[in-house]
Amino acid sequence: MELRELTSLAGVSGGETEIRNAIMKELEAMGVPFETDIMGNVIARKGDSGPKVLVDAHMDEVGLMIVHIEKNGFLRFWPIGVPPSVMVSKRVLIGKDKVPGVIGAKAIHLQEPRERESVIPANQLFIDIGAKSKEEAEKKVKVGDYAVFDTEFEELSPGIVKAKALDDRIGCAILLDILKEDWKGIQLYAVFAVQEEIGTRGARVAAYRVAPDMGIALEGTVCADIPLADKDAYATKIGHGAAISIMDRGSIPSKTMVAQIMKLAKEHNIPVQYREATSGGNDAGAIQAAQAGCPVASISVPCRYIHTPFAVASLADMKAARDILVLFLRSVEGGFRP
Amino acid sequence: MKDLIKKVTEAFGPSGAEGSVREVIRKEIEPYVDEIRVDALGNLIALKKGKGGKKVILDGHMDEIGLMVTHIDDKGFLRFGNIGGVNPFVALGQRVYFENGTMGVIGSERVDDPKDLKLEKLFIDIGAKSKEEAAAKVNVGDSCAFYQPFVDLGDRVVAKAMDDRIACVVIIEVLKRLKDAPHDIYAVFATQEEVGLRGARAAAYGITPDVGIAFDVTRTGDTPKARTMEVSLGGGAAIKVKDSSVIAHPALKNYMVKVAKEKGIKYQMEVLEAGGTDTSAIQMTKAGIPAGCISIPCRYIHSPCEMVDMGDVEACVLLAKALCESSLEF
Repeated sequence: MELRELTSLAGVSGGETEIRNAIMKELEAMGVPFETDIMGNVIARKGDSGPKVLVDAHMDEVGLMIVHIEKNGFLRFWPIGVPPSVMVSKRVLIGKDKVPGVIGAKAIHLQEPRERESVIPANQLFIDIGAKSKEEAEKKVKVGDYAVFDTEFEELSPGIVKAKALDDRIGCAILLDILKEDWKGIQLYAVFAVQEEIGTRGARVAAYRVAPDMGIALEGTVCADIPLADKDAYATKIGHGAAISIMDRGSIPSKTMVAQIMKLAKEHNIPVQYREATSGGNDAGAIQAAQAGCPVASISVPCRYIHTPFAVASLADMKAARDILVLFLRSVEGGFRP
Repeated sequence: MKDLIKKVTEAFGPSGAEGSVREVIRKEIEPYVDEIRVDALGNLIALKKGKGGKKVILDGHMDEIGLMVTHIDDKGFLRFGNIGGVNPFVALGQRVYFENGTMGVIGSERVDDPKDLKLEKLFIDIGAKSKEEAAAKVNVGDSCAFYQPFVDLGDRVVAKAMDDRIACVVIIEVLKRLKDAPHDIYAVFATQEEVGLRGARAAAYGITPDVGIAFDVTRTGDTPKARTMEVSLGGGAAIKVKDSSVIAHPALKNYMVKVAKEKGIKYQMEVLEAGGTDTSAIQMTKAGIPAGCISIPCRYIHSPCEMVDMGDVEACVLLAKALCESSLEF
């Protein structure tokens, strides 16, 4: 499935139905067997002997949830993984019917000087769907509906794409892609996880079910190679290859897995970079903690402006992440053990 | 026991890189246990078989706080992230060492107001004159520990990584002294406690004990103008009532007190307001495990100069041994 389609589908944490159905349909078309669990994770299988390797990408994206409808038809919402600084003046699509709305605020003419200089907190923002009353609004949306940002997928320049939800549909795209290959010396468990953005909750139960011998999280990750940023604090750089984690708040990757990834990258000329930051966390932490534990690693694609209505990423980095993942898994087939 | 404390505290082992300290401990315990294994998270798990009694975990974590290199700049300075709770005021001016022997010192960018001293302002200088020279010695992702030799002050001793190597020493001593215990004693030298009790969680799941006893350091309230805390250095083994991660199993806690009284072992009660321990990870295993903790009083925790009292250490060994020899019916 193309990244364009994967990123266009809705799937805010806990409301992954649309993206999940599309992924299941794709797996059916590919003839890949899968199961689902009580949380909504999709667990696809390939290979039936050798070590159990769980490769995870999360389906959910950041977004908003409608928490209240005002008498005059405006919607109040709560952010899910999105900072308030990036929400004003954005277009959103609400619920499964994709009701269009805009996040408004007082015009600059009416703002006090101090208001112009400060970030408006989420609980003072609202969505305007053009409804004139609560009753009219309730015909189109209800409390508990999710909203996603209305962001079009675009190729800004050859190989550099802009889209919403690149974190982590870029991981889902890679995961679907490697399921096209034949896997023999490993039992591959491809987990399309729910609810990563609100605490790696889907991966936790999926990993418990699988009880893998090792785990790999595929991610869209932080990237600050932008003007005015300290170049010693970029974390990752677009166009410099797949980002390999050294540590984050959720896990410390297996030293032997990381060394194997770096060795294979060097031997096969796959561009890779270290993720030069220790902040953030991903599903690797949940996978590592499952049952009696397992070694983990994270392979990521750098995404600028992550956790905002759009991110920018390089297709070459995505290919590098895919290629190094395949090489690593082949090496496990060939006998590599962490 | 001081020689053992020196050996174990001076071993290298920030969270996630416990290989060196694990080998030091493995050599110490090998003659005294029946089985040894290393699990998927790197925990060193040793079984000293009993006579069909309970499965008992004695847990102490091997890992220490440290720093991880996140970036090497063009001039060869290293930027880092913290492994566990590292205070920038404590870190500034310290020496650090890497597993391959590379040494470095911690310097700071210009900071006009001390309040602005954050870890992001600090860097490690390994004496390299260029990025290439630095990269020949260390890699992004390498971790380092504070460098401070063990110091013997008489009744009290000072070292880096007393948190939690002193607990490892207590457990090693118990394994050495324990003869014919009724219970299967699983000594768990756990990894990654400082970053979230991760090793103990996996180990406890793998073992599924009947009883869990964690050993960790706890702070004291006996230094000048210290924050209130009943525990004092030299006050004996500290029996945990609670910390911010766990309420010790009340019956097990009371049983520890009973055994200490019966055996005349000096003890004090510990209520720790901030800080978590492996006790919590063990307690939350599967459908729940009765878990408690014996704490070793320690001053200057999470500094390279952590101080313990030898009398307290001995009291902890005696209490742990007495518990292992008792019925553990509580």
